[in-house]
Amino acid sequence: MRWNSLAEFMALGGYGFYVWTAFGVTAACMLWEVIALWRRRPAAPTWILQRRLGDERGSP
Amino acid sequence: MSVTTINWFRFSSSPAFFPLAGRLIPWCAAAAILCMAAGLYVGFFVAPTDFQQGEAYRIIFVHVPAAWMSMFLFVIMAGWAALGLGLRARLSFMMMQAVAPTGAMFTFLALLTGSLWGKPTWGTWWVWDARLTSELILLFLYLGVLLLQASIEDRRRADRASAIFALVGVVNVPIIYFSVQWWNTLHQGASVSLTAAPKMAATMLTGMLLMVVGFWMYSIAVALARVRCLIAERERSTPFVNELREVS
Repeated sequence: MRWNSLAEFMALGGYGFYVWTAFGVTAACMLWEVIALWRRRPAAPTWILQRRLGDERGSP
Repeated sequence: MSVTTINWFRFSSSPAFFPLAGRLIPWCAAAAILCMAAGLYVGFFVAPTDFQQGEAYRIIFVHVPAAWMSMFLFVIMAGWAALGLGLRARLSFMMMQAVAPTGAMFTFLALLTGSLWGKPTWGTWWVWDARLTSELILLFLYLGVLLLQASIEDRRRADRASAIFALVGVVNVPIIYFSVQWWNTLHQGASVSLTAAPKMAATMLTGMLLMVVGFWMYSIAVALARVRCLIAERERSTPFVNELREVS
């Protein structure tokens, strides 16, 4: 282990603010994008369902 | 004995591609989470402290992957644009549109994390040097593509206009890449290149490459999720009657 305590890990030799802001904002942006896409996710359109029905009927 | 041939052109139509994309997303997402978790572990617990920059250098594990993705995704977006213009394929234009917001996000993050790295090491948040300015132009090019898509009412004209814009804008990518060689800049040269041995410790490189692979997988998963939204939203009004006959 590189760090002796949690406080030392968070401080990162005095650069904690810069490093954690960089990682924090990146994580926040990615999470926001995932959540936005999850909320926008489409229900299977009717043509998908039609196609599935078609497959079940055994059409080539 | 029967030879099964996969008709790849089948997947170039939206009805076939929609479920395929849906099946790929969980695998890419799982790979992204695994690679990023491993990359963060190596980056924060295995990689040594830099003898010049102390712990500040650890921003590299998010800055370099974001900056690389910003450029990769623009090239990929331009590739879909060219394919869309050449084949007049709607799905190619939709892929182009699906990549753009993620590329813009990574460009913004590359600029922001670079700024947070510049302050403690260079003493300034921002300088108007070649690398930083060309990356800022990349952000404007992404925004241009997104704005053209959003502002033109007619779908086909919006696709063509933003595709041409992306194809013209892609010349900026090599300018960003070579900016540290062509101009005298504050930004350091490439630490990793195809032609020379990496100028960094092996564990640092491992952590960074794990994050790069994680960001790649993330981008693929997100782009596929977005293209599914776009397919569903665009085709809602036009039933696939003709294409249904084609595939079934």
